[in-house]
Amino acid sequence: MTSTLAATTAPAPGSSPGSTERAANRSSYPRFLVSKVLGAVGSLFFVLVVNFFLFRVLPGDPARTLGRGRFRTAAQLAQFRHTYGLDQPLPRQFMTFLHNTFTGQLGVSLRYRVPVADLIWERLWPTVLLVGTSTVLATVLGVYIGMLGAWNRGGPFDRLSTGATLTLYSMPEWWLGLLLIAGLAVGLGPLPGIFPTGGLHSTGVDQHGLAGVLDTVWHLTLPVITLTLAYLADYSLVMRSSLLDELGQDYLVTARAKGLRDVLVRRRHAARNALLPTTTITAINIGFVVSGAITIETVFSIPGLGLLSYEAISIPDFWVLQGTFLVASGAVILANLAANLLYGLLDPRVRT
Amino acid sequence: MSSTEAPAEPWAAVARLTPAQVRRRRRSASLRQTWRLFHRNRSGMVGLVLLSAFVAIALLAPALASADGLEVTKATGGVLEPPTRHFLLGTDDNGRSVLTLLIWGSRISLLVGLLATLISMVIGTLVGLTSGFLEGWPAAVLFRLTEWFLVLPFLPLAIVLASVLGRSLLNIALVIGVTSWPGTALLIRSQTLSIKERPYLERARVLGAGRWQQMRKHVLPNVMPMVFANTTLTVAIAILSETTLSFLGLGDPTRVSWGSMLENAFAVGAMTTGAWWFIVPPGLCVVLVVLSFTLVGQALEEVVNPRLRGRRGVSHP
Repeated sequence: MTSTLAATTAPAPGSSPGSTERAANRSSYPRFLVSKVLGAVGSLFFVLVVNFFLFRVLPGDPARTLGRGRFRTAAQLAQFRHTYGLDQPLPRQFMTFLHNTFTGQLGVSLRYRVPVADLIWERLWPTVLLVGTSTVLATVLGVYIGMLGAWNRGGPFDRLSTGATLTLYSMPEWWLGLLLIAGLAVGLGPLPGIFPTGGLHSTGVDQHGLAGVLDTVWHLTLPVITLTLAYLADYSLVMRSSLLDELGQDYLVTARAKGLRDVLVRRRHAARNALLPTTTITAINIGFVVSGAITIETVFSIPGLGLLSYEAISIPDFWVLQGTFLVASGAVILANLAANLLYGLLDPRVRT
Repeated sequence: MSSTEAPAEPWAAVARLTPAQVRRRRRSASLRQTWRLFHRNRSGMVGLVLLSAFVAIALLAPALASADGLEVTKATGGVLEPPTRHFLLGTDDNGRSVLTLLIWGSRISLLVGLLATLISMVIGTLVGLTSGFLEGWPAAVLFRLTEWFLVLPFLPLAIVLASVLGRSLLNIALVIGVTSWPGTALLIRSQTLSIKERPYLERARVLGAGRWQQMRKHVLPNVMPMVFANTTLTVAIAILSETTLSFLGLGDPTRVSWGSMLENAFAVGAMTTGAWWFIVPPGLCVVLVVLSFTLVGQALEEVVNPRLRGRRGVSHP
C-alpha cells in the first residue's frame, strides 16, 4: 500500500522527496483535522439557520402554517403563538430554537402526539438496517463490476455493464420497487409471489428469536435488492473511471515489468489506488442513509425515517418534517467529515 | 499581387470580410465540427433520436389525443380496464385512457424538467463564475455557500420546501432548481479558475480589460460549452426529481405528469391488482427520457472535453 501510494505521490515543488516529505505530511494531519472539523461545524450551523428560517420565516405566518386550519378564534391563535414562543422577537426565537435543538427538544408530532425526538430514535433502526445492508452490497458489487469493466474496456462485459448501470441510473428506484413487488411479491401470471409486499415483520411471529430474524430478512429482501440496484450505478461508474485514470500510470508498467500476473497487477496495484474515490463516495453516501430511503420505505411500507417523513407530508406534520430534515442533513455533514478525514489518512496529497 | 483579382484564392475571400463575418464563419465552422464529433458518437445519436421523438409527442399532444380525455367527468372507459383496441394502454382508476394521460403527461414532465434546469443553471453559472473570478472574501463566501448547499440532502429539503411553499407547477420547478445548483456552480468555478490562468486572459488584463469585460468576452464564452453539456445532464436529474416529488404527492394536483400517474397507480394498488398498464408505461417513459438526456449529455461532454473521449465503453467500442 505504502509503496504504491508513494509511487503516485508527486513531490510538491520545493519539498524534499521521500520519507521526510511523508513525515512532514503526517505531522500536518492534526491541522488538517482541525480545519475539517471547523468546516463541519460551520455547515451544521448553516443547516440550523436554514431549518429555522424554512419553518418560521418563509411561510409568512408560522402560526397558521404550523397549526394549519386548526384555529377558529383569534384567542386560540394567540395562545398557540405564545405556547410556541412565536410572539417573541426573531433573534430571541432563534436562541430558543438553538437551545431546544441541542437539548433534543424537537417538538411534538401533530399526528402521533409523542415527542419528535423519540419518534426519530425509534424509526432510525429499520432505516439503518435497510440502507446499511444495501450500501455494503452495492459497494462490493459496484466496485467489482467497475473494476472488471475498466480492465477490459470496450469489451462485451464492459459494454453490457455500462449500459445496464446507465439504465438503472436513469430509473426512479421506487418504480423498480413497484415492478419487483408486482413480479416477485404478487406474482406474474402462473408464477406465485414469493416475497411479502411490505412491512418489516409478519404478524404473530416473535421478533426476537431466530424465526423473527429470518422473518425480517425475508421482508427486507426485496427492498434491499431494489436499493442495491439503485446505488450500484454510482459505485461502478466511479470505480470504472478512477481505475481508467490509473491504467496509464508508470507504476503499473513497473509492476508488469517485474513479471507480476495481470490479476495481481490489477488487485494489488491498480485497484487499491482507484479505490480512493470510491471510499469517499461510500462515506458520503452513508450520510444519505436517512434521506435515501424515503421512496423505498414508502413503497415497501417499512416503518423507518423515510416513511415517517412521507406520512408527515400529507398532514403536514411540520415538527416531524423539521426533525427528520435536521437528522438527515446532520448525518450528511458527519459523513462528509468522516470521508474527508479518511481521505486525508489514505492519501496525504489532499492535506492542504 | 494578382491575388486580389482572383476570388478563387481562399485568402482573398477572407480578406474582404468584415470582422463580424469572420466571427460568424468561425462560429459556424466550430458548430459543424461539434456536430461532426457528436455524429460519430453512436449512443449520443440514439439519445438524440429518442429525445426528438419525445419532444415531438409533447409538442403534438393536442393533435395526438384530445384534451377532453384528461377530464375525469368525461371519462368513457371502465375502472382499470386492461388494454383493448379502443384503449391501447388500458384505463386508469377513473376510466381515462392511459395513453392519453401518457401523451399529455410528457408535456408537464419535460416542462418542469426544463424549467427547473433553467433555474438551476442560471444560479449555478452565476455563482460559479463569480466565485471563480472574484478574489478575496466575496469569492470565499460564495464558495462556502456552495459547499453548504451541497451537503443539504436533496429529497428532505425538497419535501420541506414543497410543503412550505405549496403545490404548483412553478413551485415544484423552483424547488428542484434551488436545490440542484451547487454541483453546476462547483464545475463552473473550477473551469473559471483554470481559464483565469491562461495567457490570453493575462494579455487581456495587460491591455486594460476590466473585470466585466474579461468575464463577458473571455471567460463566459469558454465556459459556455461546459455549461451546455452540464445542462443536458441536469435536465435528466430534474425530470427524475419531478417524478419522485410528484410520486410523493408534492406535484401540481391539477395537472397530469408521469410522476402523478405513478402516484395514482400506487395509491390504488395497481401493482397488487396486476394493472401493469398503469405502472409500466409511465415509468418506462421516464427511464427513456432520462436515459436519452444522459446519453446526449455525455456525448456533448466528450465533444467539449476531449480527455473524456474513449472513456465510455458504450459509445466507443
